Amino acid sequence: MSFNAKMHVADGAATLRLVGELDRRSAPRLNELIIEAASRQVKRLVLLMDELKYMSSAGLRCLVFAHQKMPRGVQIVLIGTRPEVAETIKLTGFDRSITMEDSVEAP
Amino acid sequence: MLERVDAYPNQWISGFGVRAGRPLPFGATIVPGGINFSVYSNNATAMTLVLFRRGESRPMAEIPFPPAFRIGGVFAMTVFGLDAETIEYGYRAHGPYDPADGHYFDPGRILADPYAKLIGGRERWGAPRDSMVYRSGVACDDFDWESDRQLNLPAEDLVIYELHVRGFTKDPSAGVAAPGTFAGLVEKIPYLRELGVNCVELMPVFEFDECEGARSDPATGRPLHNYWGYNPIGFFAPKASYATTGRHGMQIDEFKSLVKHLHLAGIEVVLDVVFNHTGEGNERGPTISFRGLDNQTYYMLTPEGYYYNFSGTGNTLNCNHPVVRGFILDCLRYWVTEFHVDGFRFDLAAILGRAPDGSLLSNPPLLESLAHDPVLRDCKLIAEAWDAAGLYQVGAFPDYCRWSEWNGRYRDAIRRFIKGDLGMVGEMATRMAGSADMYLRRGPAASVNFVTAHDGFTLRDLVSYNDKHNENNGEGNNDGDNGNNSWNCGHEGPTDDPEVTALRDRQVRNALLLLLTSHGIPMLVAGDEMGRTQQGNNNAYCHDSPISWIDWTLLDKNADLFRFVRCAIAFRRSHCALRRRRHVADSSPEGLFPALSWHGVHAWMPDWASHSRLLAAMFYGDDGGRHDCVYVAANTYWEGQTLELPTLPDGLAWHLFADTAAPPPQDVHQPGREPLLTDQARVHVGPRSVIVLVTHPVPTKS
Repeated sequence: MSFNAKMHVADGAATLRLVGELDRRSAPRLNELIIEAASRQVKRLVLLMDELKYMSSAGLRCLVFAHQKMPRGVQIVLIGTRPEVAETIKLTGFDRSITMEDSVEAP
Repeated sequence: MLERVDAYPNQWISGFGVRAGRPLPFGATIVPGGINFSVYSNNATAMTLVLFRRGESRPMAEIPFPPAFRIGGVFAMTVFGLDAETIEYGYRAHGPYDPADGHYFDPGRILADPYAKLIGGRERWGAPRDSMVYRSGVACDDFDWESDRQLNLPAEDLVIYELHVRGFTKDPSAGVAAPGTFAGLVEKIPYLRELGVNCVELMPVFEFDECEGARSDPATGRPLHNYWGYNPIGFFAPKASYATTGRHGMQIDEFKSLVKHLHLAGIEVVLDVVFNHTGEGNERGPTISFRGLDNQTYYMLTPEGYYYNFSGTGNTLNCNHPVVRGFILDCLRYWVTEFHVDGFRFDLAAILGRAPDGSLLSNPPLLESLAHDPVLRDCKLIAEAWDAAGLYQVGAFPDYCRWSEWNGRYRDAIRRFIKGDLGMVGEMATRMAGSADMYLRRGPAASVNFVTAHDGFTLRDLVSYNDKHNENNGEGNNDGDNGNNSWNCGHEGPTDDPEVTALRDRQVRNALLLLLTSHGIPMLVAGDEMGRTQQGNNNAYCHDSPISWIDWTLLDKNADLFRFVRCAIAFRRSHCALRRRRHVADSSPEGLFPALSWHGVHAWMPDWASHSRLLAAMFYGDDGGRHDCVYVAANTYWEGQTLELPTLPDGLAWHLFADTAAPPPQDVHQPGREPLLTDQARVHVGPRSVIVLVTHPVPTKS
């Protein structure tokens, strides 16, 4: 039941690598990072998801939180989301305010 | 900011920090630092909160409510440090066990919270019951609704489509990624758009027990289910196995996503709700929640303590008891505020007008409260205005100028009319005109018109069977209605006889065309637009199988029928003369023609005689300066007839929208592109056929 998130801000984009399980206990940690990203006026919020094994209902709500915290026009991108997690995001309709990509785009 | 002291415990019980909770709202609510549990019982002497780790059947803790945490009949406690996502809960209610006095208290049982927003333990459809299946769960109520709200479509503009969430996409032919679920239904929204309906009525989606029956299919030996779901267990909880994400406890989000997507497509959501009974059955049924918490309050009981059975299912919810009334109101408000649903259809609603002793109330407080509730103000309220004990209130339901009804008399009249029964022309005319004999005060939209519903024959079976064939239900064909007003067109069941099948095709179209040109709200049953059959079963409530599921291959096989229905719906939606808010008296002049006039072999001369088999109506409206004129003629005689048409003023001409006697694709035309009638003075209507004409301006020569 561990969760770890690291943020890296560069070139107007905040990139967060999420590792482990995102649930009610770990969601506040991610929300803090999202608030910090919002305060640094990035144009893009990128969540690297390939090491996130599980996302609970509270975890999904972080996506809504991000959508509401980030200024209008900021793109929220989820990269490499595991199929099980991606399916849950889609079936519950949480994919409407975000973009999901398979892997990091070539620069 | 000053920190609130009530965010901290002031007592420790069973290792948990607690304090006296808030009695309202009832149920389990996330509060700062913990969860507030509130449950009421008028007759319990003590109550214990039972906590589980999510998914486990053995409790992790039991916390008795201290006497100081009780206010009146309400037990309320805030428990701190609980993670709403990882716990489930239940109650043990202490009190007398004395069935003759109406009490069934048994602290040995763990009971579900009547206000549970999530029910754990039934995530997999049809899974065998374990010892303690109905655990209550705590819901997160945040959801990104964006700007969604109730659609508020005018009632007279609705075309309702009744469907079963599981059956709609369970069959592999549905071709969806999430079969049988809310998410699967989202995948079919483009289909609903193409069909043109603007309201779906979902058969029960509250948590129910599909495994309650003990019967099995005599032919296959497979156990039968309560597939329809008219036996609710959790009135606040979307059925977990109807959500692909139910295994993660996210059925609430998946259902909200469904409503949001339907609204984006311009489609309203009406829920079929069952407040007349619960899934606890009679004296021999399972004790899940209500019986153990406060039997005497929740159920209508005889003086000897037995259950009244006005619902035909073993018990009757005591819905005009002030406490139960509040429960129902809380429940409906929850579905409207949390799920944005647009309306409700009330199963066996006549029961909602009965007093605790079963007698009929002239001014039932429950129905009055629902009619005038501010939260429910914009909801469609539709009553199935009868019950299983013989009370039939169609046209006489306590309506407060607010309630609509499933018009059972429309169903009976149209069925008898199209099969050619004598003496039906006058009544069919009344039903087509919005049943002013019953709904004049309320307007035509009080009448939900239908030929078929989930209960009874499918439309295809209505023209293929004289008798019900319910042997597979395991009751020796004794269940299901015997009065179907059906006609097999000359052969019972499937046949290759081209004459019989052609007549069936025509009868199906006749019924649909009359339904979709009648004043009132038309309701279709999912699958009827593609010729779905239940092989003559008129009570398929117990079949979780291809008998009940939509076979989507029919859409190809019966593409002509689908096209016909799609055009007929589009036609209705493009003619305001068919969608009246008020009844029109047949003599009231309105512009060019009366708003509704009746005709016969000769224009303006209807034949109301009992031997007549011809009905012709002309609907007229002024659609913003454009003449909207629709002529519908139905001939139920076995030979064709030639009818004189009402003369049109210069500049208007008759065009043919539909002729059920014509082979497809000539049976129907795209609305707005109907071909001109060669003979403007008369029209031929074939044997057992319906034609629909419409006027268009004559193109001016320039």
